[in-house]
Amino acid sequence: MADLSPAGAAWTAEDTQDLLPPLKDGNSIQNYMINFGPQHPAAHGVLRLVMELDGEIIERCDPHIGLLHRGTEKLCEYKTYLQALPYMDRLDYVSPMCMEHSYVLAIEKLGGIEVPLRAKYIRTMFAEITRILNHILNTTTHAMDVGAMTPILWLFEEREKLMEFYERVSGARFHAAYFRPGGVHQDLPDGLLGDIKDWCDGYLKVLDEMQSLVADNRIFKQRNVDIGVISRDDAIAWGFTGPCIRASGVPWDLRKSQPYDVYDRMDFNVIVSNDGDCYARFMVRMDEMRESLKIIRQCLAEMPAGRHATLDRKVSPPSRGEMKRSMEALIHHFKLYTEGMHVPAGEVYVATESPKGEFGIFMVADGTNKPWRVHVRATGMAHLQAMDFLCKGHMLADAPAILGSLDIVFGEVDR
Amino acid sequence: MNAITPELGRHSWPVMGTMPDLGEQLRSLLGDAIVEIVEHAHETGVTVKREALVAVMTTLRDDPDLRLNQLIDICGVDYPDRAERFDVVYQLLSMAKNLRLRVKVTTDHRMPVPSLTGLWPVAGWYERETWDCYGVLFDSNPDLRRILTDYGFEGHPFRKDFPLTGHVELRYSEEHKRVVYEPVKLAQDFRSFDFLSPWEGTDYMLPGDEKAEAK
Repeated sequence: MADLSPAGAAWTAEDTQDLLPPLKDGNSIQNYMINFGPQHPAAHGVLRLVMELDGEIIERCDPHIGLLHRGTEKLCEYKTYLQALPYMDRLDYVSPMCMEHSYVLAIEKLGGIEVPLRAKYIRTMFAEITRILNHILNTTTHAMDVGAMTPILWLFEEREKLMEFYERVSGARFHAAYFRPGGVHQDLPDGLLGDIKDWCDGYLKVLDEMQSLVADNRIFKQRNVDIGVISRDDAIAWGFTGPCIRASGVPWDLRKSQPYDVYDRMDFNVIVSNDGDCYARFMVRMDEMRESLKIIRQCLAEMPAGRHATLDRKVSPPSRGEMKRSMEALIHHFKLYTEGMHVPAGEVYVATESPKGEFGIFMVADGTNKPWRVHVRATGMAHLQAMDFLCKGHMLADAPAILGSLDIVFGEVDR
Repeated sequence: MNAITPELGRHSWPVMGTMPDLGEQLRSLLGDAIVEIVEHAHETGVTVKREALVAVMTTLRDDPDLRLNQLIDICGVDYPDRAERFDVVYQLLSMAKNLRLRVKVTTDHRMPVPSLTGLWPVAGWYERETWDCYGVLFDSNPDLRRILTDYGFEGHPFRKDFPLTGHVELRYSEEHKRVVYEPVKLAQDFRSFDFLSPWEGTDYMLPGDEKAEAK
């Protein structure tokens, strides 16, 4: 084939024009649109990205969401406060207990409910276990999206062990419904604290090994460093929270700045990075897991004795044994599981630091046994909205890396 | 009987920064744009006039004492008994002052609310969601499409007068080789129990009671 370009000169648009077939009158070359999803393994769920491509460069990216919309907020309006709680597990199904956390705190704030110290410690510990659960899934699948298969195989074994802890306290591996207004559903079973401690000791080694596989890997870095960069101000304007905003250099963590349960007693660091790219978001999550381990260890060491839920019988039911013997306990049990608790009228917005970022519940109570309105502030919705901003000008192959680094779960985005 | 009285003290919910004179500060900043200020459950909410929303938000964002620089959330609330039945609720966060503020405007299904996309790009999808779920219009939002519901959906599902079961259901039709919409068929009537105790404030209208009222 003849050499079409002059030696040493870069190709320009005019050069390529000559190679294309002549255009008919009035026609022009158009960018083409592709559908990324709704069933795409790298889309982390049912996401349809309509992309306009110029060659392999993304010109525009329009996420279509709502394919997993179940109307959680509407369903909550037709359920009592306790019946609506399990819906929270089904929002972000990779970190179920953190979703319950905001919901029960909202009820407790409206009702002014006192929670025993032991219950606060249990909740804090399980919120951190949930954080590791979530970050394991995100970091390993992110690595898999850019070509590293091994991390997921190594760390999912650890994830399975964490779900065993879930099962031992609540009876369910995922949809725990364990956090309840006024405390937790049941006290910790015997031996669990020791087993969690043993797991903590082993996990750090596995995590270090997994990080050594990818963190300095040439391919992994080529796919992530300087990809999807978002600056500090843009991250704030686009509503970023959690690891995504911390990776852009904003030291903002609700566990530190607006502590709930016993986070004010915990000694841990807020992980911050200044790069704001996919690699920074990945590394922030890796280091956060280590901080979570610190918190879990501290909870284990300080776990106080006492009750696992409040004694206020208008909020928390009596134990089954008590219910069989005492008439008053029976009445309370019956009333709580039929009519349910009454929450005083008012409005609250309670946000917690879920593994993905700020997860908030806006609750409007009208004084009856059902909420008038529950609104879920989904973390992923703000992050996914910035997809167009982050992808513009990147190659098509960068889209899965960016998506993976944002940690999107559609149960939560679509609600 | 079952109502819980709020009490102060050690608690489990998030503790954030407080500003004791926040109410006065808002009054001096926003002036007559304010309709009312509600302080409840350690939170502050301010209802403002709909027309003044953009000016209010710009002031709140740029004021050096408040610096409410992040728009966290927008959502709708429906009160069908009111003349302007919808509340549009904005949650603002100030990272510098560790402060949260709730800003509300009221509207109905016809009057558009000014869009905040010019101030915070994140408002775009939140406004789309509020439009989709409640049918609240947003003026000058560049992309006010439905977002959560299906393509071609009719109605606004989170309104209180929209039934929980919806109007249509979806199934795959072997005949048409595609999914088809059909009017919803319930095997059993939709049942909604309120479980509220009959001794506490429920108004029962027995046949004949209206005569007593007519007097």
